[in-house]
Amino acid sequence: MAKVPVQFTLNGSEKAEFIESGTTLLHALRDKIGDTSPKGGCHQGTCGACSVIIDGELRLSCLTLAETCNGADITTTAGLAEGGVLHPLQRAFLDAFATQCGFCTPGMIMAAKVLLDRTPNPSREDVVEALSGNICRCTGYEPIIQAVLTAARANSQSAA
Amino acid sequence: MELRKDYFADVRKDGLNEIGQPRPRLDSPGHVTGQTAYFADRNFPGMLHLKMVRSPHHHARIRSVDTSEAEKHPGVVRVLTAKDVPHNVYTILILIQIGPEDETVLADGKVRWKGEAVVAVLAETERAAQEAAAKVKVDYEVLPAVFDMEEALKPGAPIVNEYHGRNYYLYDSGDCRKVRFGDVEAGFAEADHILEQTYQSSPIEHAPTETTGCIVAPEGNDRFACYTNTQAMFFTLDNASIILQMPGSKLHFVGGTVGGGFGGKVDVIVEPIAILAAKLTGRPVSFIYSREEEMQISSPRAAEKVVIKDGVMKDGRIVARKVTGYTDAGAYSRHSPYGAQKGAAHYPGPYTIPNVWIDTYCVYTNRTPSSAMRGFGVTIGDFALEVQMDKLARLIAMDPLEFRFINAYRDGDMKAHRQLTEGAALIECMQEASRAANWPVADKYMAMSSYRKGA
Ligand code: FES
Ligand code: FES
Repeated sequence: MAKVPVQFTLNGSEKAEFIESGTTLLHALRDKIGDTSPKGGCHQGTCGACSVIIDGELRLSCLTLAETCNGADITTTAGLAEGGVLHPLQRAFLDAFATQCGFCTPGMIMAAKVLLDRTPNPSREDVVEALSGNICRCTGYEPIIQAVLTAARANSQSAA
Repeated sequence: MELRKDYFADVRKDGLNEIGQPRPRLDSPGHVTGQTAYFADRNFPGMLHLKMVRSPHHHARIRSVDTSEAEKHPGVVRVLTAKDVPHNVYTILILIQIGPEDETVLADGKVRWKGEAVVAVLAETERAAQEAAAKVKVDYEVLPAVFDMEEALKPGAPIVNEYHGRNYYLYDSGDCRKVRFGDVEAGFAEADHILEQTYQSSPIEHAPTETTGCIVAPEGNDRFACYTNTQAMFFTLDNASIILQMPGSKLHFVGGTVGGGFGGKVDVIVEPIAILAAKLTGRPVSFIYSREEEMQISSPRAAEKVVIKDGVMKDGRIVARKVTGYTDAGAYSRHSPYGAQKGAAHYPGPYTIPNVWIDTYCVYTNRTPSSAMRGFGVTIGDFALEVQMDKLARLIAMDPLEFRFINAYRDGDMKAHRQLTEGAALIECMQEASRAANWPVADKYMAMSSYRKGA
């Protein structure tokens, strides 16, 4: 299988890899680069566990070919905490009991981040809509929705 | 959360320092930062991928297995069949003396459900393993299958599992688990009304977000590290030890973080074959269910059928209850004999009934083997029982909650299994529920207590 060179920024640091053509970004991140924060729940674009942010857009890394990410700016949950300080969303998920098994959590946080980056003061409906592509089998969603709303409030207070 | 410490204040030990206190979960910092290590987050150089060749038939004799083309496929390292497994026929609960062993790790001579593992293919990449698996030729002679519990119990039905020799599990109490208390026929004779209803459920898939799997790495010295998302660590270790005929000290199991299980990860399916593969190839092996496999292959909650016949008096007392329960184990036992047994214990409900007669059957069919799931054996039973309670209340024109107060067991009552009721607190729960739901009941029920002095 032909290998292709791929270069992108992952959580602020440059990555350059030779990757088999056809490799998904999920696979490249987890097995080549060693960032296992995106999870593979379905590998077919239905669970959202593999969600990452590419150039500001929420993307399913299991449906994204690594070779299409040349020059991209990629963020995963592993890169969210800065200097050991949790991102407000991470803090809120922790405090609101919004994780159980934790498998959906990185994807949920990515989806929530894209929402808050665009809509700092979302309504409950906005949150539900933004998380609708992410499946959680454990929490029943309500603590997750509350966590996102709490993080939004924390954001707007710190901005004020 | 409100803690009602006024309940049983005089009988309760009050050294409960943790209850009612919020405590952070130990594992959530790892979850929110993406640092928690799930089994599949480990990657070993030279790791092989295992794919199963599965039965396309519900019930068939295997005439022959030809793996020669698969073995020649580029990237294939080894192909495993039944004869490679040291102790190929096993059953999980043999560890607690519940037999017979009735399930094969890799099918030998016969398949009993659609999706049963027949041949394991090990290759350098997932794709090569998949392509090679498609080249394994299995010659099947399709046999008549049975999918319905009633059909399976009929004389002359195809025998699903020869290790049992009949289509139901033989308990030490006979064909079924039994509870006998009082004289149920006498109870029906005195009852003002009798209501018999049948309740049925379908299998339910757990659908955990993380699929079932494990990664095994040889550690040298013939010792193997197995990173797994099992929910039953020691069951898995001990069963793997029996299946592989290896001392437990050679097996190093690492688990802990399960990406959703709900009971669906207590069976011992992926680990033994992956350890065997690592042993025979000397290389790390990854065996992870695809989403499709998770949905089709992993054991669901059993389908159940429950027939409940109750005798009730006009004043609300249930005087007789007869229940026949059927649990569809699918083709193999796994945890189902235990599930059916739990049902037998559960069907009297949290009620004091003087005459009880219960039979529960664990039935074999050519369906996906069922097993544990969140209160298996009792959840469907509870649904059936409480629907039945509402119907009984309606039958005698009584408020359904008041009807439950009349029958609720209280401390000191004798249960149908001849255990004295202790610490019931059911009355108090229903009183709180009545307030919370704004569903008032007569004062005399609000004055009742589960606790009886001296009980
Ligand atoms: S793994 Fe990508 S959506 Fe499920
Ligand atoms: S916390 Fe388990 S899937 Fe969401």
